[in-house]
Amino acid sequence: MNHSPLETKVLYHIGSIAITEPVIITWAIIALLVTFAMLVTRRLSTIPSKTQTVLELFVGAIDGQIRGTMQVEPGPYRALIGTIFIFILLANWSSLIPGIEPPTAHLETDAALAAIVFCATIFYGIRTRGLGGYLKTFAEPTWIMIPLNIIEQITRTFSLIVRLFGNIMSGVFIGAIVLSLAGLFVPIPFMALDLLTGAIQAYIFTVLAMVFIGAAVADGPQESAATPNGK
Amino acid sequence: MDHMIQLISIFSAAMAVSFGAIGPALGEGRAVAAAMDAIARQPESAGTVSRTLFVGLAMIETMAIYALVVALLVLFANPFVK
Repeated sequence: MNHSPLETKVLYHIGSIAITEPVIITWAIIALLVTFAMLVTRRLSTIPSKTQTVLELFVGAIDGQIRGTMQVEPGPYRALIGTIFIFILLANWSSLIPGIEPPTAHLETDAALAAIVFCATIFYGIRTRGLGGYLKTFAEPTWIMIPLNIIEQITRTFSLIVRLFGNIMSGVFIGAIVLSLAGLFVPIPFMALDLLTGAIQAYIFTVLAMVFIGAAVADGPQESAATPNGK
Repeated sequence: MDHMIQLISIFSAAMAVSFGAIGPALGEGRAVAAAMDAIARQPESAGTVSRTLFVGLAMIETMAIYALVVALLVLFANPFVK
């Protein structure tokens, strides 16, 4: 119980902007991802090398998830959804390196991620349906639902933030408490559980992002009625 | 006076987590039981069922996490404690 999980440690200042610890770790993860992606995709060929095969497997898995969850072609969404998943997974698992606290264990990082999803929902919704068409979805099924639909947009963003923050932060917190109570090897099972939680939370954040964007770009009722399965 | 507020804060944080965990615990138990039932009936759908189960469990678990976050707010970011 040494410090509050709601505060962040300020490392140094650039001008009047405080640079905190999670920001540095986030930058490191971004740099790692960008460097890795650039190195791997520099020489792509039709007859793939080993690395390229693994990479194609991964992209294929993400594409399959997008197809299964959103029922659309994955093209325009692959970059956003895939990046969100890989970033959160790496951020959650960055606690494997001793002395590093996952940046997702702080409210600000999660708020930034949820804000990206929030903006992406609006962006893709307007791009697919047009501005009027997107605004009309707020009045479904009737206009009485307009305030509720607007509140839902905000509350589900907040629940995205608190879900990721709470899960990862509680893992870090429990680890610290157990370490202060008992010695060297006792926290190891908790840390293993943490890795599982981190992976599942990354998956859930991504799935929820896909569901939100999918709901914004889904076909209107008149189009789905034309499909054979539509009721 | 300040001591009193801290005392009540710690007590209410414990209450928040202990009572907030009851509902999600029951819900998770029911969800896992239903998933077991489904896998026993249709073993070939085990993959889909368990994937959906994990997502659902994390959703239910979030309720308990909300209680934990409220407890931490009460402990660490209490507006009435200076």
